[in-house]
Amino acid sequence: MSAHDHDHGHDHDHGSELSEMQLRVRALETILTEKGYVDPAALDAIVETYETKIGPRNGARVVAKAWTDPAFKRALLDDASKAIGTLGHVSRVGDHLIAVENTPQRHNMIVCTLCSCYPWEMLGLPPIWYKAAPYRSRAVKDPRGVLADFGVALPQETEIRVWDSTAETRFLVLPMRPPGTEGWSEEQLADIVTRDSMIGTGLPKVQP
Amino acid sequence: MNGVHDMGGMDGFGQVEVEANEPPFHHFWEGRVMAMSRAIGANGGINIDAQRFSRESLPPPVYLASSYYKKWFLALQQLMIGRGMVGADEVAAGHALRSSPPLQRGTFSLKDVARVTVRGSFHRDVSTSPAFKPGDKVRAKNINPTTHTRLPRYVRGHVGIVERINGSHVFPDSAAHGNGENPQWLYTVVFSGRELWGADADPTLKVSVEAFEPYLDPA
Repeated sequence: MSAHDHDHGHDHDHGSELSEMQLRVRALETILTEKGYVDPAALDAIVETYETKIGPRNGARVVAKAWTDPAFKRALLDDASKAIGTLGHVSRVGDHLIAVENTPQRHNMIVCTLCSCYPWEMLGLPPIWYKAAPYRSRAVKDPRGVLADFGVALPQETEIRVWDSTAETRFLVLPMRPPGTEGWSEEQLADIVTRDSMIGTGLPKVQP
Repeated sequence: MNGVHDMGGMDGFGQVEVEANEPPFHHFWEGRVMAMSRAIGANGGINIDAQRFSRESLPPPVYLASSYYKKWFLALQQLMIGRGMVGADEVAAGHALRSSPPLQRGTFSLKDVARVTVRGSFHRDVSTSPAFKPGDKVRAKNINPTTHTRLPRYVRGHVGIVERINGSHVFPDSAAHGNGENPQWLYTVVFSGRELWGADADPTLKVSVEAFEPYLDPA
């Protein structure tokens, strides 16, 4: 490794880390390409998939369906991977997905204290805060304090259930359907299902 | 390993800061790092557990001060150097200086993309029956391996209740170190906030972890 590596852990200004990382990552990609390990076009395709095809809309459609179709909701809570597999318009979810239902008695929150495990196929790539120390450290000990950071206050008697994603099981929160949405279409409902409401750090947002 | 990555219950990291309308990647290089990690993992035989262990093994000051994808980059490069797939001299030169044997599954190309953008299954059949059933009281073992484990420190030694059996899965503690998949039964185990954090804890709090059978004793 170069002497350059000894710089890690010290404060960088944003610009210097950026240019340093651009150069280092480009160098590694060049080596991997020259060795025939990767085709850069395949890397482009992976990046494009996560930039344009997989995001929280997938999860929002599942939630909206569960709000309007009681049989689907039962199937979802019983075996989420299987139930979502029956919906042609949502990307394949992969195995080991568990849907957990918010009720007036219980609010669910998802975290990965050890790294950044997250239901990518349902929600896309996790936001920075989900992968960062403040959330990972506090979610399991002071979830109400964390919820306050998101502007969410729950009744004092509501049970808070935190799911730490320490294995390859993945969790999707099924939020409560807000009042005032009776008769809405699945499409309208999907619009109010936010990413954070499916992590458990937010609630569905009905525009006034 | 008892690393700084095992953050559950630590204090002092401050408030959660949410970025509105956050893009999937903030810089071009972040997407390249994510894609290279998936590609080399899939075709080069570096499983997710080995990748996680490599990130956990970054020196604590580096782990804490580096951005998320910088950690991924440092860990990937270190793993590839450690396995002889890339030379430190090549990294310094910014170019391949010699040819290398092909990856186990060949060049990662367009036909491989679908395989890494849908999650694979970690389920593996085992010949044993699960030792625990929903409702059983269990104690998370007090283990402190210096190797990879997915039993976080904050539950070790504490008593919880088995809530679900989630099938038998690849055991990360083995797979991270080239010791085979060694599949084990996986459970959701629930702990009360007071069991984990003491009498001052939020009385409405319950926390679950996904615990492999070797992490648990009957209680």
